[in-house]
Amino acid sequence: MPPAPPAVAVDGVSKTFRLPHERVHTLKERALHPLRRMGHEAFPALRDVSFAVDHGEFFGIVGRNGSGKSTLLKLLAGIYAADRGRIYVNGRMSTFIELGVGFNNDLPARDNVMINATMLGLSPREARRRYDAVIDFAELREFEDLKLKNYSSGMEVRLAFSVMMQVDADVLLIDEVLAVGDASFQQKCFDEFARIRRAGKTVLLVTHDMGNVQRFCDRAMLLERGQVVELGDPDRVAARYLELNFNQGDVEATREEADAGRYGDRRAEIVEAWFEDESGERVQTIPGGARLAFCFRARFREAVADPLFGVVLADDRGTPVFEASNVLLEPAGTFAAGDEATVRIAFDCVLSSGRYEATPAIARGGSGVAWIDRRERFASIVVASARSTDAVLDVPFALEVRSRERR
Amino acid sequence: MSAVEPSLGRQIKGPSAVGTDPRRFWHLTRALAVTEFKLRFFGSVLGYAWQVMRPLLLFGVLYVLFTQIVKIGGDVPMYGVALLLGLVLYTFLSEASGSAVTSIVDRENLVRKIEFPRLAVPLSVVLTALFNLGLNLCVVAIFLLASGGSVRWSWLELIPLVALLAVLASGLAMLLSALYVRARDLKPIWDVVLQILFYGSPIFYAVETVQESAPDWVAKALMLNPFAAILQQARHAVVSPEYDTAAAAIGGTWRLLAPLAVIAVVFVAGYLVFRRAAPRLAEDL
Repeated sequence: MPPAPPAVAVDGVSKTFRLPHERVHTLKERALHPLRRMGHEAFPALRDVSFAVDHGEFFGIVGRNGSGKSTLLKLLAGIYAADRGRIYVNGRMSTFIELGVGFNNDLPARDNVMINATMLGLSPREARRRYDAVIDFAELREFEDLKLKNYSSGMEVRLAFSVMMQVDADVLLIDEVLAVGDASFQQKCFDEFARIRRAGKTVLLVTHDMGNVQRFCDRAMLLERGQVVELGDPDRVAARYLELNFNQGDVEATREEADAGRYGDRRAEIVEAWFEDESGERVQTIPGGARLAFCFRARFREAVADPLFGVVLADDRGTPVFEASNVLLEPAGTFAAGDEATVRIAFDCVLSSGRYEATPAIARGGSGVAWIDRRERFASIVVASARSTDAVLDVPFALEVRSRERR
Repeated sequence: MSAVEPSLGRQIKGPSAVGTDPRRFWHLTRALAVTEFKLRFFGSVLGYAWQVMRPLLLFGVLYVLFTQIVKIGGDVPMYGVALLLGLVLYTFLSEASGSAVTSIVDRENLVRKIEFPRLAVPLSVVLTALFNLGLNLCVVAIFLLASGGSVRWSWLELIPLVALLAVLASGLAMLLSALYVRARDLKPIWDVVLQILFYGSPIFYAVETVQESAPDWVAKALMLNPFAAILQQARHAVVSPEYDTAAAAIGGTWRLLAPLAVIAVVFVAGYLVFRRAAPRLAEDL
């Protein structure tokens, strides 16, 4: 027996948009300037993208803005036509690029549910049959005759999400509509996603939230400039995404900036700095909570007695979040001209997701600050933590709730 | 992966005009049309009444003007009903084609956000106009009976006539909605064309009047306009048999092939243009 075909197969798909230099929208302009050739700029949104998604898989599509992930979703959904390549789908597919497509503010919930469900591919009879389930899931029974314009935005979202859940597709294409509504509704949606997953449906989720990728996805794909740069394990894809996202300026530029922020009499020079993981391998990205070490190598041009070595780690807003030095530790000893020293500062990485920059420094001991060499933002690390938080730290914690019975 | 066999499943080829599932196409078209129809009702105090009022108000003005002041309608049989029927049919054509022009752009949020047979959009506009025509024709019937007309079997001719008119309107709707996406000044241009059509068709005057006061060929040339031919036949069948049939007005049954050909050409051209534009409508918006 041949193996079952995948739920979604994308084979060498490319899509180029023609962006006119000057958009001509009227016949008049055409008539007035008949000889002006329309200049077009070709913008390749997707280049030779291939992947397959198995039945029952939860597949994440991630990428930065403009990476082509929305174009890919629209091609999969059949909203755009591909220039090259083929896309195959097995089973009934539904697209959710936007919640509540076709919703109209002047109509009551009932009509809107019918319209939306019809747009999503249900027949009127199916839509009528599922109407009760939709309203109940949305918990909007008492408001079903209210016009949509009198709904709060949260209620509207709930209604739209409920329709989407009742469409009963085998393959769902979803574009970042997860993070909507209040917390309890979000929880319901997550529960619903878990149910869909257990029911063996295939889901393709386009998202920015690496937490969702790591929580839900079996596999994920990272797009960058219209090409697949990473495909497979969600953790690896999430890490690579954060790396791309936080390393926007290229390395050269960072180096030049670092030179600008360099101070000291240079009796010793910091020549190299890097981060490494527990096994001593150099890394650019580290999972949250892991053991991390910052290292730098210095070369002495003159003899220095008991220099101080230290580092300041700052987040992307420039706020120092961690400092370490040997000021209060054993003196480092005397270095002769030509000596080299390697400093390794190991710590538990309790930082939250984001990019952090290290400023290593060597200074003379004693009172006052006398820099020998200090290189601002000389190395950086991207922390990829599964938990998303707005705080700087992601410290492991225990939380318990004890209820005390009233006497 | 490159040696993909057809066994991989249904191929997604992007949007098309009609799609592969005629039932879905119909459900969608109907849902869009019903929504639009309901919206007019929900949006205003008088609701459906407005739909009937619009041609009636215009009718009132024209009726007073042409029976009391200019006196075009004096010797025409049942001028009032003939005028109202002309206005109602014209309202259908102008409403269907006029709102179809911007329909794809107006429904941008659907076209860019979901896959569906694109033709459902302009055709739903025609369908909405058809609902309104049904309402308005009831008013015509009441008016006709009140002015001394009688129910005749020939009223049934109205069904194929309205069908023909709907085919013409659909052709225009497809053509205009697809072209408007790239040429946005089509809207004012089309408004002018509709004005010309209003004065160039025997709506507030009768072909019989033209036959008396102008050279023979003028009335026959008027009948090349498919809307004029349909209206003429409708007046003969519905208002009074004293009106010439379209065949008589154009000077021979075979000559009716000319306005029919116009309808066919508009419809086929509209369909072809729309089908060609359909796959790229979402990105051209």
